This record gives sequence, structure tokens and C-alpha cells, in this order.
Amino acid sequence: MSTAATATLDRYESPSVATGRMGMWWVLASEIVIFGGAVVCYLLYRWHHPEWAESAVHTNELIGVINTVVLLTSSLTIVLAHDAAHHGDAARAKRLMGFTILLGLAFLCFKAYEYSHEVAAGFTPVKNLFWSFYYFLTGLHALHIVAGLIAIATVMRGVGRRENMQRVEYVGIYWHFVDVVWIFLFPLLYLAPKF
Amino acid sequence: MYHMQTGHAVGFWRKYVFSTDHKVIGLQYMITGLFMAILGGFLAYAFRMQLAYPNEAVPLFGQVGPDVYNAMVTMHGTIMLFWVAQPILVSGFGNYLVPLQLGAEDMCFPRLNMLSYWTFLVSTVLLVASFFVPGGAMGGGWTGYPPLNARMDYTGVDWGGTLWILALALEFAAALMSGINVLSTTLNMRTKGMTLFRMPLFVWMQNAANLIFMFSVGPLIAGALMLLADRTLQTGFFIPAQGGDPLLWQHLFWFFGHPEVYVLLLPALGILTEVIPTFARKPIFGYRMIVYSVVAAGVLSFIVWAHHQFVSGINPQLAVAFSLTTIMISVPFAVIIFSFLATLWRASIEYKVAMLFALGMLAEFLIGGVTGIHLASTSTDIYLHDTYFVVAHFHYTMFPVTFFGMFAGIYYWFPKMFGRKMNEGLGWIHFLVTFVAFNVIFIPLFAFGLAGHQRRIYDPSLWENLVPYQHLHVIATAATIVLLLGQIPFVFNFFWSMKKGRKAERNPWKSNTLEWDTPSPPGHGNFEAAPVVYRWPYEYSAPDREEDYRPQWLAPEAKP
Amino acid sequence: MLQWLPENIASYGAQYDAVFANIYYIVGAWFLAAELFLFFCIFAFGRRKGRKAGYLPGHSWKAMSWVLIPAVVILGFDLAIDHQQVPMWRAIKEKQPPADQTVTVKGKQFVWDITHPGADGKLGTEDDKQTMNQLYVPVDKVIHLNLEAEDVIHSFFIPNLRFKQDVVPGRSIKGWFKAVKTGQYKISCAELCGVGHGNMGGWIHVLSEQDYQKWLRGEEITTSRLDKDSL
Repeated sequence: MSTAATATLDRYESPSVATGRMGMWWVLASEIVIFGGAVVCYLLYRWHHPEWAESAVHTNELIGVINTVVLLTSSLTIVLAHDAAHHGDAARAKRLMGFTILLGLAFLCFKAYEYSHEVAAGFTPVKNLFWSFYYFLTGLHALHIVAGLIAIATVMRGVGRRENMQRVEYVGIYWHFVDVVWIFLFPLLYLAPKF
Repeated sequence: MYHMQTGHAVGFWRKYVFSTDHKVIGLQYMITGLFMAILGGFLAYAFRMQLAYPNEAVPLFGQVGPDVYNAMVTMHGTIMLFWVAQPILVSGFGNYLVPLQLGAEDMCFPRLNMLSYWTFLVSTVLLVASFFVPGGAMGGGWTGYPPLNARMDYTGVDWGGTLWILALALEFAAALMSGINVLSTTLNMRTKGMTLFRMPLFVWMQNAANLIFMFSVGPLIAGALMLLADRTLQTGFFIPAQGGDPLLWQHLFWFFGHPEVYVLLLPALGILTEVIPTFARKPIFGYRMIVYSVVAAGVLSFIVWAHHQFVSGINPQLAVAFSLTTIMISVPFAVIIFSFLATLWRASIEYKVAMLFALGMLAEFLIGGVTGIHLASTSTDIYLHDTYFVVAHFHYTMFPVTFFGMFAGIYYWFPKMFGRKMNEGLGWIHFLVTFVAFNVIFIPLFAFGLAGHQRRIYDPSLWENLVPYQHLHVIATAATIVLLLGQIPFVFNFFWSMKKGRKAERNPWKSNTLEWDTPSPPGHGNFEAAPVVYRWPYEYSAPDREEDYRPQWLAPEAKP
Repeated sequence: MLQWLPENIASYGAQYDAVFANIYYIVGAWFLAAELFLFFCIFAFGRRKGRKAGYLPGHSWKAMSWVLIPAVVILGFDLAIDHQQVPMWRAIKEKQPPADQTVTVKGKQFVWDITHPGADGKLGTEDDKQTMNQLYVPVDKVIHLNLEAEDVIHSFFIPNLRFKQDVVPGRSIKGWFKAVKTGQYKISCAELCGVGHGNMGGWIHVLSEQDYQKWLRGEEITTSRLDKDSL
């Protein structure tokens, strides 16, 4: 009797993509249409409501820029973690994933600070439809950040025991996706009104 | 030789409840779906009684007021589509059969698979719970149109609608997880020799269904969150007074809702592609042509959605374009249906119950298909939209797909699932009653729709123009009761055969696909030895052989 | 089946029902052909001792043409149907003939609020006549409708005129019809609009020119059942 791991080696028609990576791509495919749908709704409304620009100037683009930098840096650290895991350096991979988590938490803190000031200034989700979309899109994104952080932390535990090192790449793919979503949201929500 | 039936002992809970075995999960999905079908059927009984005998207390239920009526038709639609058809046809049969037919030992993400079922079960609990909250269950139509459902005041439904949205979102998440498994497993866990064009068409159909689902449901998930915010936070995504647009929801809903029809139809056609060749003892006609038709239909299904909105106030020019795409989608399905007909030509048909249901689905689905042309054509749709004609039309598509397709699959794969055969005599009774009663319910409703009966009114006796045709409601209701009673032989047969049915060997129908190369029922890990595939799955009645089938796993004999 | 359609009193009624019948006969013929073939196969090709099924995998183009040619013919019929029905759609929803009169219909939970122009023939003046669920129009006149909604989506449906249009809050949608026969006909709401949806309806009163003038003046009309306030 052979173990499942060795059995899969020559048991199946040769797979083109590693199974875990493929699973992650399917997850992203599902996510892209969710965010895609939400962003298209926003764009359609925005098209019909040029007056939203007046609301959009009240977003805090300084924090937006800082958060963009934070997320981009966290993408770099997770790539480096993948690289370290690829070369079998579990300690370094773990450390870099730790950095990524810290940066993700920093992003959430900045976001929370931003939300609280906006709400205090009266820009609540029911202020008008622009703000509804603002909270909806950034909130959905923040939830994905939280999910990503949990996933990275879970994988990090395994890496500490030198198990499933290939999963560093998979959470990395996911983390890049969350980053890319932000790259879309930032100009659409923060910058578009100013030009 | 591998021995993959890992016999390590697992306790009852790990084996049957918190199982990661794709077969157990598939059965869990199916059985949950069957239970929900009983609930959905009971709702149909109660509101059909109200329609036939307005404002008389319904036996076993009680008085049906307009609010209860709205909740019942809404929940009937929701349950039958998303808690019966979807879990049984897509997640249920898909989970059970895709790994078996590919020669795999399990899905490639077994724990994700378990998470999928348990997410689905939570969604089921939420949905059932919504009947018991103050304000009752969702009563704003299964399409959830705003503004009606964007403010609680408009329907009087309170938590019911909110739970409905949450339950749907969870159900979608569960179906996505299950779909990711099917797609990845198909790509990466085909046994040696199982090239893409040697896969059974059932596997093709399952993959197409899951792809269509994955790419259509996203925008609706986003829309559902927006609707949820409108209901609970009073935002105005769909409220015109606050700048929102109610038609946006309709676009999001039908961008998913129409492809969803094919998400449910394709797995049922997949069941037919296995059942019909087996009992016709004949290869499926035009394997590749069917595959390409499915791809074409899948692509087209994304550009037909607005035919649900011809009279909703969209641009009339746009309606013309959508009418054309909608009428065109009949072509790939015509190819598939004709291929089935060609498969039956010069066949050698065994009239087993599974085959009866498969043929029944073909016969009934044709009615659903041809009546769709009147609705796809913009001008005739003006009159028919939101009448009972539509009700009859989509029941003629969805009922054969869901129930005839499902029964064909259950009678066919029951021996594999439980190691015993179902009783054919009881099956014949079940089939005949279901077939006749179904037609007697819905043919009158076509007539009623033509007579101008609008949908979702709780008391037709208030409508002077409908009163002369009230007898049609009585006929349909009587037939509904017969149809429901007709399921008793099935339920009995199902449980009785599980314990007392005739023992089934590995390959009781002399079939070609890999699931019949396993013990009945297969153990954890499925195959005793890794199967190798030598040919396509429909090698029936080959002229150069004595037996009329040649399974995929049989090695070719050495040439003398 | 077609005899179930209620009497058609729209000016485009005959053409409209002809489109209906045309599609009905085309798809009906295909349906019968397919079902007959299916049942023929079911009864003719049952299992018999000593007879083996044919081996027809349909891999070659020649074999596939048995399926593809009928499918192409279906495509032809599809296009023909669409070609015939689209002008009807355009006539109803796009090309509105000039109005003899305009009426505003506003749906709200659970009534149709209808504003007729008064004797001056204009909306928005003092002599506008407001009614609940009762629409009065002169026969043989082109009536334009401003279709609006106050709260949720409703659908203004007059079976005898083959008229249906959703009314959507926040929009004013134009519709038109010309009734060619006097009498009273049902109006209903065809879109689920809440608890009272099943009670939301009314009547359209198609009046002769004299009767219409009488109604404008508030006089009694004997030819029409004006006392009607049921659904």
C-alpha cells in the first residue's frame, strides 16, 4: 500500500499546474467577478452622477497613499517570503510573513482611523450613494484583507514546522490579488474626482 | 498495483457526518436536497389549494392570507432552485460521480469539500429558520426585486428577507467551493489514459455548469450585499429617491439568473448522456459536437439575460438585441436534443425506470424549450410576461430537469451508491404517476396564461376575467396532490431498497464508465487498483464484438 | 391553444395575434416532429432477442450532418421569427403615433392613480380629472400614457389591449394604444408589489366620443357599467 503522496506522482495524467495553485486561481476567478461586479456597478452610477465628485473630494487621499504604499510593501515581503520558502529557508520565510501580517494590520489601523474621522465628520454610509459605495467597496476589500491575514497566519504556523512550504506561494497569490483590488479602488474612489 | 482502499478504521462521525469522502458529501448534499424538496412540495400543495379553493382553510396547513401566500410562492421558488436542484444536480451528483468517472480516489481538496457541505447546511438552517421569525419568511418574490425588498415596510417582511439574503449568499459560497473542487479535480486528477476527450460527457457537463456558475454569480453576490445594506442600514443602492436604480438589481440578478438555468440543466443533460447510451446500448451520437454545443451555449448564456426584462423599462433597442441572442441559444440545445434523438435511432432500448425518466425528461423538456420562443420574442412577450404562461414554461424546463433528471440519476446510480437495486415495479408506478400528473398540472396553466392570468395573485376569484376559468386551477391542484402522493412509492422504494433491494454486482447495467469498475458501494479511496483508460466511454454494440459493451478500463486484447 | 387569448381590441390587434399564431404554428410543427420521432424510436427500437443496436457514434461530418442540418434549419426559422416579430415590437414600444390625448398612470401600493386631461385636452391644468383604478378613454383615439410609480415596481397590464409595461419609481415611461371597440376591460398589476398585489387592478372604459364627452361633463353614462368598483 502506498501513501497518497507517492501514489499521485504517476497515478494521474500529468497535471499542468500544481493542484494547490490551480485551486487558488479558481478562488481568484470567483473573487474577480464579485469585485468586478461591484466596481462596474459603481462606475455605472458614477457615470450618471457627476455630482458625486463633490462628495469624493472629502476622502482622505493622504491616508489612501500611505495605505497604498503599505500594501505594495506587503506584497514585496510576501514575494520575498515565497522566495525564501522556495529555497527552503523556513525561518526567513516565517519572518517575512510576519512582516506581511504587520503591514496588513497597519493597513487596517489606518483604514479604521480614516473611517472614524469620516463618520465623525458626518460622512456615514447613508450620507449619500457615493459614501454608500465608498464603505461598501472598501469594507468588502478590508474583509478580504482580514481573510488574507488569517490565511497567512495559518500557513505561517505550518512553515514553522517546515510543513506545506508550497502554500506560501498560494497565500502570496491571494495577497497580490487583494493588493491589486486596492490598486483599482484607490484611484476610483480617492483620485477620480480631483481631475 | 496500488491498493487505494485504505481500510483504516474511522468512527461513525468521521465516516458519515464529518466526512471528507466525496461520495459521502455527495450523498449528504442529495439527501438534504431531497428533504428540502419535501418542504418545497408541501408549499406548492398549500398555495395550489388556496388557488383552487380561495380562502378556505387548507387541510394540514390552515388559512392562507395574501402575506402567507406571497411568502409561500417566494420560498417555493427559492427552495426548489437553490436548495433542491442546485445541491442535488450540481453538488450532489457532481461530488459523487466526477472523481469516480475520472478514476480518482477523491476530490483534490477534500476538506474544502467538507467545508462546502457544512456551509450549505448552515444556509439551509438559516433558510428554514426564516419561516419562524416575526414577519414571516421572505415574501417579495424569489427574484428579490427592489425597491419592494429594499425596505421592510414595502412587504411587511422583517428578518425573513434578511435571512433569505444571507442564506443565499452562503449557498452560493458553498456551491463555489464545490465547483472549485470539480474543476480542479477534472484538470489534475484524471487517471492514466483519461484524456479530455475520453471523459464521460457527464463530467464535461458538470465542469461547464460550474464554470458558468462561477463567472455569473459574482455580480449577484455583490448586489446581494448592496440589497442587504439597503434593507438593514437604509442605504439607497436601489432606491430611486436616494439616487439608486432598481433596474440595476434586475441586471445583476438575471446576469446570474439566466445562466443559472443552464447551471441546472447541464448536469441533468449530463445524467442523460450516461443513462441513455447505457440503456439504448448505443454510443452517444456526436460526442464532440455535444461538447462544442455546450461550450457555445455556455458562452451565449452570458448575453441573454435581459430577455427577463423586456417590459421592465429597458431601452427597446436593447431588447431587440437580447431577443436575437435568446432565440439563437435554441440552436446549440437543438443540436444536443437532436443528438439524443439520433442516439435512440436503431437502438436496442431496455425500458428500465432510469431510462423512462431520462426519456421523460427529453419529452417534457421539449415543451419547455419550444414555449420559450414565444417569450424570447419581444413582441409576444409583452403579453405573456408575468403571466401563468411563464409559470408553465419554466416549470416545463425546470421540473423535468430537476426531478426527471434527478430520478433518472438516482435509479441509475442507486446500485453503485448502496450496493442494491431499486424495485423496478414501484419505479414504473412512480414514473407513470409523475409523468401524467405533471402534465395535467401545467398544461392548463399555459391556457390560463394565454387567458391573461397574471402571476402571484393569491385569490383568482376576485378577478372577473379569470373566474370563468377557475376549473383550471382545480384541475391543476388535484394533479398536484396526485403528483405529491405519487412520490410515496419512490420514498418507500428508496429506503426499502437500501436495506432489502436485490444485491447489485459491480456493473449491473453493463456500462462503460469507470464508476462501474469499483465495488458497489465503493469504499473510501474508490478503486482497488488504479484504473487505466483505453478508450472513450460510449463503446456500445461495437460491430466487431460479441458483447454489446466494452468498458473504458478493459485492456485491448493482444492481436493474434 | 390560441383561442384562450382574450378578445383583442387594440388597433394593432390583428397583426399582434398573427405574430402569436405564426410562432405557434412554427414551433408547434417542430415540436410535433420531434416528439413523434422520439416516441417512434421508443416504441420501434425496444430490445429484442437477436437484434443488436447499430453502432453510430456520429464522428464523421457526414453523420453529424443529420443533426447539424436540422439545427441550421432551426436557426433559419429562428431568424425568420425574429424578423417577423421585431417590427411589431418597434410599432408598440418605439414608434409612437402622435397622441390624441395623454393620460398619466401612477402605480402605488395598491392602486392605480390615474390623471385624465379635462375638456381642454391638456394635463396639468385645473380641469384634470383624477380617478382611482378607472381609466376612461375615447374609442379610436391614440392614447399616450405616462407610466410612473410612487413606491415599488408595478406593471400596468391590460390583457385585451395586449398592453403591458412595468412602472418603475424614478422613471416616467411612455406607452401608447388605440382601442377600437367600446366596452369595459380589465386592468391588472402584473408585477409582485407587496401584500395587496392580488387586489391591485381596475377597469379601462373605452367610450364612444359622445359618452366620453358626457363623462367629462360628469353626466351619467348608460352604455357603460360605471358603477363597477369591484376588481
